[in-house]
Amino acid sequence: MRATQPAEEMDVRQAAVRPILHPGELYWLVVAGLLVVVGAGVLAYAHQFRDGLGVTGLNQRVTWGVYIADMVFFIGVSYGGALTSAILRLTNAPWRAPLTRMAEAMAVAALLIGALFPIIDLGRPDRMLNLLLHGQVGSPVVWDVVAITTYMATSVIFLYLPLIPDLAFCRDHLGPAAGRLRHLLYQRLSLGWQGTPRQRHLLEQNSTIIAIIIIPLAVMVHSVLSWLFGVTMRPGWNSTIFGPYFVLGAMFSGVAAVILVIAGFRKAYHLEAFIEELHFKYLANILLALGIGYAYFMFAEYLTEGYKMEGYIVDEGSGPLLEALMVGQYAPLFWAFIVGGLVVPMALLSFPRTRTIQGIVTASIMVVVAMWLKRFLIVVPAMATPIMPVAWGSYMPTRVEGAITLAAAATIPLILMVFFRFFPIISIYEMEEMAEANAHRDAAAQHAEAD
Amino acid sequence: MAISRRRMLQGLGAAVALTASAGVGLATSPLRPSRSASGTPEGGADSQRQWAFVVDMRRCDGCNDCTAACQSTHYLNKDQEWIKVYEVKARDGSTYYMPRLCMQCENPPCLKVCPVAATFKSREGVVLVDQDRCIGCRLCMAACPYNARYFNFTDPPRPPGPFDNPMPEFPVPQRRGTVGKCVLCAHYTSRGRLPACVDACRMDALFIADLNSDVMTNRSGETLQFSRYLRENDAFRYKEELNSSPRVWYVAGHGQALEERRRR
Ligand code: SF4
Ligand code: SF4
Repeated sequence: MRATQPAEEMDVRQAAVRPILHPGELYWLVVAGLLVVVGAGVLAYAHQFRDGLGVTGLNQRVTWGVYIADMVFFIGVSYGGALTSAILRLTNAPWRAPLTRMAEAMAVAALLIGALFPIIDLGRPDRMLNLLLHGQVGSPVVWDVVAITTYMATSVIFLYLPLIPDLAFCRDHLGPAAGRLRHLLYQRLSLGWQGTPRQRHLLEQNSTIIAIIIIPLAVMVHSVLSWLFGVTMRPGWNSTIFGPYFVLGAMFSGVAAVILVIAGFRKAYHLEAFIEELHFKYLANILLALGIGYAYFMFAEYLTEGYKMEGYIVDEGSGPLLEALMVGQYAPLFWAFIVGGLVVPMALLSFPRTRTIQGIVTASIMVVVAMWLKRFLIVVPAMATPIMPVAWGSYMPTRVEGAITLAAAATIPLILMVFFRFFPIISIYEMEEMAEANAHRDAAAQHAEAD
Repeated sequence: MAISRRRMLQGLGAAVALTASAGVGLATSPLRPSRSASGTPEGGADSQRQWAFVVDMRRCDGCNDCTAACQSTHYLNKDQEWIKVYEVKARDGSTYYMPRLCMQCENPPCLKVCPVAATFKSREGVVLVDQDRCIGCRLCMAACPYNARYFNFTDPPRPPGPFDNPMPEFPVPQRRGTVGKCVLCAHYTSRGRLPACVDACRMDALFIADLNSDVMTNRSGETLQFSRYLRENDAFRYKEELNSSPRVWYVAGHGQALEERRRR
C-alpha cells in the first residue's frame, strides 16, 4: 500500500523531522528573544522570592490578582489543547492527523507553566511540602493539587503514546547528524517499536483509553479550579455554574491557542502542504461554537447576578458588583472583553469573507488575549467589591507581576520550539495511517466503478 | 470541639442560677486561667471558657484606640487591623462606628478551606493560625465573609528582645508570607487579663464574654449577665444568614448622642 504514494510519504517524513535537523536561521533569533523575556521573569521572581509578596500590587483587600488569573488562563489553555485532540481522536475526525502532535505538546507546555502559578502565588513557597505532610481533603487547594498532578501525568502519556512509532522512525532513519543525545533518547523512548500488528493494536487501544480518560479528567481539573472561587461566599464567585462556566472558558481559549500554535509553526516550518486552510476552517467552527456557548454561560451568570443585585452597596458612590463591571470602574476592561473577545472574533469567524486563515488567526489572537482579561475580571473585581461597610478595594499590578506573566507566556512557544528540535512536529505515524486509509478507500471505490 | 447551639442554650439556662452570684464571684472569675484540670469542653459550667465578644455600638466613638492597642501588642504592620473600626453612614445621615474583629465563627469558613490545617480552633472556641505551618495561599482570606484576615506582605516590626518564637495564641512576631488575624488575645485571657482592645476601650464599648459562665465584662469592670444583656439590647450577629455562627454580638447604635463615658 505504502508504495502507492511514495512522494507524499517522503514529504511528511521530511517535513516532520526537518525542525530537528534544520530549524532555520530565524530559530536561534526567536529563541534568544524568548529567553530574554523568560530571563526577566525569572529575575522578577527571584526578587519576589527574596522580598515576599510585598513586591506585588496585592493588598489586604485584593489578595489574589494577576497570578491567580494566570493560573486559570494557562491551565485553561492547556486543557483546550488536550481536549481538542482527544475529541478529534474519539470522533475519528480524519483531518486531525497533522494537528494532534502540536495540540498535545501545547497542552503539556501550558500545563507546566500554569501549574507553577499556584506556587508563584504562595506566600511561603518554601513550605510547599506542607501540602503533602498536612494536606486536608476538605480544601479546594488540595483538590487542585491532586487534579493538576493527575492531569499532568495523563497529558504527558497522551503526548507520548502516539510519539512512540515516530521515535522509532527517528531511531531508524535519522543519521548521525542528529547527534548522540537524540539517538539515545530515541533508542530508549521508542520502547523497541517495530510496527508489528500486535504493537499497533496495543498502541491503538491505549491511545483510545487515554483519550477517553483525559476528557473527564480535564473537565475535573477545571471545575476544581473554579471551585477555589465557587466555595466562597463572595459576590461574583458565589455561583453554582462556575464549574461548567470555567470548563467552557478553558476550551474556548484553548482552541484559540491551538490555532495560534499551529499557524505559527506552519509558517515557520513551511507546513502548508499538510495544514491547509480547511484545517483552520474546521477549527474555526469549533471556536465559533465554543464562543457562542461561552457567551451564553456568561449571560446566564450575569443575568442572575444582576437580577439579585449581588454585591454590597455601602454608599451612593458604589453600586453592586455588576454595575461596577458594566458602567463603573471596570467597564473599560469589561467592554474590551465583550467586543474584543466575543463580538469581533465571532464576526470574523462567521462571515465567509473573513473566514480566511488570516481572519481566523486574528480572531484567535483576540480571543486568547481577551480570555486572559476575562480571568482578571473574574478574580479582581470580586475581591475588590466591599463585603463589609467600606469602599471598594483597589489593585494595580506591579512590574514584577507583569514580568512574570510575560515570561510565562513566552515560555510556552519556547518549550514547543525546543521540543520540536527533538521530536517530530507532525505525527508521521498518524499521517501515514490516514494515507493508507484513504488509499484503501480509493481502491475500493475504483473497484466498485470497475464492477 | 465547636460549641453547639444546645450547649449555648444550656449556658443560658444555667445563667439563672448564676445571676445571684454575678456581682460577687463572677466579677473576678471569668478571666481566670483556663487550663483547668477537668479540661473537657462539656465539663462543669466554668471548667473551661468559651470565649465570645460583645460590641456595644451605642458607645463606640470611633477613636481607634482598640486598633492601636492591638497593633502594638502584636507588633503588626500598619495595614493589619485585626480589630478595625468601620465608619458607617446610616440612612438618617448620622454616622456610627462598627468595630470588627475576628468573629471567632463556630463554623468558620476560613478553617474549612485551609489546605494544611494551619487554621484551627482552640478548645476555648478561638480560631487560631499556626504561622509555622501556613503556606500563604490566602484562600482563607477569600473565604472569610468578614475581611477579618490579614496577610503579612512585608516583614512585621520586630519586638524588642530575643522574641522569635511565635505561637498560635501569641503570634509575635508575625511571619512574613503567612496570614494573621485576631486571636482574642488568647495569651492574655488564659492568664486572667483582658484582651488588649477591651483594655484600651475608654468608651467601655467592648466586652469579653464567656458562654460557659454567661458573663461579660469590659474595661471598667462592668460585669453583666451575657444572655440577658443580649436579649434586653436586641443584640445581633453580623451576617447571621451565612451560618458561620459568629461569636461576636453587636448592639446597634441608634444615631443617638454618645454617652459621656470617656474616662481616663
Ligand atoms: S471571622 Fe473570618 S477569620 Fe474569623 S473565624 Fe470567621 S471566617 Fe474565620
Ligand atoms: S493562607 Fe495559611 S491559614 Fe490561610 S488557608 Fe492558606 S495555609 Fe491556611
